Parts: sequence; C-alpha cells; structure tokens
Amino acid sequence: MQVGLNHFLVISTALFSLGIFGIVTRRNAVMVLMGIELILNSANINFIAFARFGNFGLQGQVMALFVIILAAAEAAIALAIVLNIYKTFSTVNVDEIDTLKD
Amino acid sequence: MNIYDIIFYLFAAITILSAFFVVTTRNIVYSAYYLLFTFFGVAGIYVLLGADFIAIVQLIVYVGGILILLLFGVMLTNKITNVEIRSGSIQIVPAAVGVALFAGIVMASMLNTKWKNIETAMPSATTQGIGLLLIQQYAVVFELLGILLLVALIGAASMARK
Repeated sequence: MQVGLNHFLVISTALFSLGIFGIVTRRNAVMVLMGIELILNSANINFIAFARFGNFGLQGQVMALFVIILAAAEAAIALAIVLNIYKTFSTVNVDEIDTLKD
Repeated sequence: MNIYDIIFYLFAAITILSAFFVVTTRNIVYSAYYLLFTFFGVAGIYVLLGADFIAIVQLIVYVGGILILLLFGVMLTNKITNVEIRSGSIQIVPAAVGVALFAGIVMASMLNTKWKNIETAMPSATTQGIGLLLIQQYAVVFELLGILLLVALIGAASMARK
C-alpha cells in the first residue's frame, strides 16, 4: 500500500492519543507537559500532511512553524509555574495540589 | 514497497514506540530521553513530507530547547539523590479505555473520509518560500509572535525568580 495522507493521519492520531493518555494518567506536572508536547507534535504532523497532500503550498508549514514557536513559549511559562508550585507545595504531583478543593 | 515507504514505517515505528514509552515509563528522566527519540522521529516524518526547514526547526527548538527545559524542570523539582526519579500513574485502566475508544472513533471516521487527495510534486527547498510568506502574508503574525516570545521570556524569568 502506497504511503499516503491516511498513513500520516494515523501517526498523528496515535501521537495525540498517547499525549492525552500521558496527561490524564501521569501524576508529575513535568510529565503532563511532555504529554502536551506530544499533542502539539501531532497537530504539526497534521498541518504539514495536509499542506503536502491538499495543495496548500507552504501555508501549512508556516502554521506548523507558529505552533513550534507557541510550544516554546508555553514550555517556558509552564516550567516557571511548575517551579513556583514546587516552591509552594514541595511537590509537583498534580493530584496532591488540591488546596482549592473542599 | 519502495524505499520511501520503508523509511516512513521506520520513522513511524520510532515515533510511536518511543511516545508509548514516554507515557508509560515510571522513571521521568527516561521519559525525557524517550521524548528525544519521538522528536527525532517526528522530524524524520517532516522530511518525508517535504518540509525540510520545519524538520530542522523541530530539531533545534524541540531537542535543543524544550527538551533541555523539561530536563531542567525534572531536576529542579525533585530531590535528586540518584537517577531513579520515579513518578506513579493513576487511573490507568479508565484512561486507556477512553483513549482507545477516542483513537478508534477518530481513525475510523478519518479512514472512511474521502479526502480530496491532490498530491503535488515533492517540493524542493522550502526555506525561501517560508521566508517570503513570513515577511509578506504573515508579517503581522510574525511580529506578534516575536512580541509573544519576549513577553513569555520576561514573564517566565520574573515568575521563576520570585
């Protein structure tokens, strides 16, 4: 079977699902961040695959570039937040940070 | 099966397997290293899709920047006595069932869709085209992203130093 659009879409769906799985199951906040990075990568694969097979020229690749830039900004901010959480609670396990819970 | 398909399946296997290990390995440092292979595999897939510039940016920004940032996050938020930094997982079974259901639905609807599949010729170097798009059509977005990166940098630095 010739490798086509569907192959790349299956890859990105699998990456997205694994990212969701990581976000939902891992307790460490840094692991949650890694799940988010997986999801952003899967979105990028979709953008570039549709740009390649849908005759959109380079527009999809520019969008993927913007997603990468946003991912870099997001990682920096999120790690600053995680460091503050660690300073306040002495843990980064997201299920133990439940001060707002009744 | 030509050489393109073989390379595609190789990169796909690297990406998916290492992503699976990222979310299942108990040791966070190992997870970060498996994430390195995932990013390399995704960069290879970008190359197969004809996006050479994005692949290099992926390597520079993700592997050189975000991964190092994540590793620093791991190291700064754990009392390190050895390399064994373990972190448990919760709700594995319901999450696995839900995610499998989701992936099944998405893949079924995706594979049953008749995509308008216009395969263009494999593009040559994309750097010039992307550069022209960035300074013409997407000039405002490009500048805004520059400001966003500056704000994010200042915000992160001031938040982490407090």
